[in-house]
Amino acid sequence: MRHDLATIQTWIRPNSSVLDLGCGDGSLLASLAKEKNVAGYGIEINEAHLIECIKKNVNVIEQDLDADLDNFKSQSFDTVVMTQALQAVRYPDKVIDDMLRIGKECVITFPNFGHWRCRLYLALKGRMPVSKILPYTWYNTPNIHLCTFRDFEALCHRKSLTILNRTVVDSNDNDNPLIRWFPNLFGETAIYHITR
Amino acid sequence: MPESIPKDSVGIVKPETVNFEEPITLQSGKVLPHFQLVYETYGTLNSDKSNAVLVCHALSGHHHAAGYHAMGDKKPGWWDTAIGPGKAIDTNRFFVVAVNNLGGCHGSTGPTSINPDTNKKYGPDFPIVTCKDWVNSQVRLSDHLGILQWAAIVGGSLGGMQVMQWSIDYPERIKNAIVIAAAPKLSAQNIAFNEIARKAILSDADFHDGHFYEKGTIPKTGLILARMLGHITYLSDAAMREKFGRELRDGAISFDYDVEFQVESYLNYQGEVFSKNFDANSYLLMTRALDYFDPAQEYDHDLAKAFAQASCNFLIVSFTTDWRFSPARSEEIVEALLEAKRNVSYAEIDCPQGHDSFLLDVPRYTQLFKAYMDAIQLEAAVTTSEESN
Repeated sequence: MRHDLATIQTWIRPNSSVLDLGCGDGSLLASLAKEKNVAGYGIEINEAHLIECIKKNVNVIEQDLDADLDNFKSQSFDTVVMTQALQAVRYPDKVIDDMLRIGKECVITFPNFGHWRCRLYLALKGRMPVSKILPYTWYNTPNIHLCTFRDFEALCHRKSLTILNRTVVDSNDNDNPLIRWFPNLFGETAIYHITR
Repeated sequence: MPESIPKDSVGIVKPETVNFEEPITLQSGKVLPHFQLVYETYGTLNSDKSNAVLVCHALSGHHHAAGYHAMGDKKPGWWDTAIGPGKAIDTNRFFVVAVNNLGGCHGSTGPTSINPDTNKKYGPDFPIVTCKDWVNSQVRLSDHLGILQWAAIVGGSLGGMQVMQWSIDYPERIKNAIVIAAAPKLSAQNIAFNEIARKAILSDADFHDGHFYEKGTIPKTGLILARMLGHITYLSDAAMREKFGRELRDGAISFDYDVEFQVESYLNYQGEVFSKNFDANSYLLMTRALDYFDPAQEYDHDLAKAFAQASCNFLIVSFTTDWRFSPARSEEIVEALLEAKRNVSYAEIDCPQGHDSFLLDVPRYTQLFKAYMDAIQLEAAVTTSEESN
């Protein structure tokens, strides 16, 4: 399981309900159902992913995150999760508003554009960073709203959101003290647990 | 005619008939003293009867859903694309039951059956039956077959409506509900189309207020018109353009009102075939059953409240170019199921064929449908025959 998903799993309470926006192949929801008896639903548009979810007996709704989420009632889920999709939606701030309308709490993970490799790439090459985590070129990337941890926290502050928990991981899952001291420089993926 | 039976076909099948001597009280309050249902089965019922799948048919469907009745048959059953060995509803795994609905005209008790009170065909005196009545009659068939719980009940269009009704009325008897290209109730536009179809039949001079059997006529023109109209709503604009365009039958316009365009020819042909195979009174009845379907009505017009009765898992499927029951109608179902906190998956299949898509082998639809069916756990079977698996 992806590192960010493993961390999220520890934050989700047993027997709670989870909505996973951009749920991919349903790994997180399948695991949460099995390990924590979580009642989950995923939203996905990728055809292959939909089928993978169905094969895992994961509830999955074909729906575009860029369309509205009005079919989900306010405060109808304990937690709304969105992993590695924030940077790909058209209106990230509106999606966060919707997540906090639908769920009591939210968990969001996204890649850190402030990572030192990105900074170095741009500084030295003068071109948009391409890396293992962000492998696309600027013209074909689905990641249209990249941000740094600091950017995200500024948004949370502006929206007066409470950050319940946050953690930063890198792809090697090293317990690197540099990441703890300078997350916005050394962390590759941020995991935020927020509420209103 | 199949030269030989395809490998993925259920092969030659034979309909069966069951008579129910206990009266059935219909939603209208009328009572049928006894009735019969005609059905077909494909595959083998396992020892604990946990692998049964019921297939509900749409407006003009019947019990012959898969396979062939004889080697001379031009076409297999109406849902042969979905039912067979290795297909979405895999008959290597499931025992499939397809039934002709009450009020139909393919063998189950309906307007063409003999009314025991008069010893004549019921004709227009056959009581109007509803989706609820169909489900109640199908429960009798389940009891007859000893099936306490269906692994899945599956249907497209009006068939999907019966599936929803099952899930609400008999939650303990259905584990999975597969509802394809359906709607939670008809829109005014849907009812309007039905009304024109009925009007075509009712106003045909050969209809004789439904007593045309005694007159030795059939309201052929009415049936043809009803079917032609129906067919337009089953196809999308894109599908019609693709299939017929503005092709002319004879290559040039003839400045008269004969059938000139290919699309006219197609609709006339479909109408003609249908008028020979379908009973006008049954058609009227089936369209009314569609109009009346509204499971939320009993629950303060709250669909979520209706679905709160259900306990099964749901798969809802719609097609982008279906304008008869558009994706928005399926999304109403999904939204209510989410509100009722039922297990539900939903797919909107992008394909050009319109409402008819549910009958076709659209790859993405077939794959998803098959994935869902394959993932159904036959729980009772696992505990009793684990080793044989």
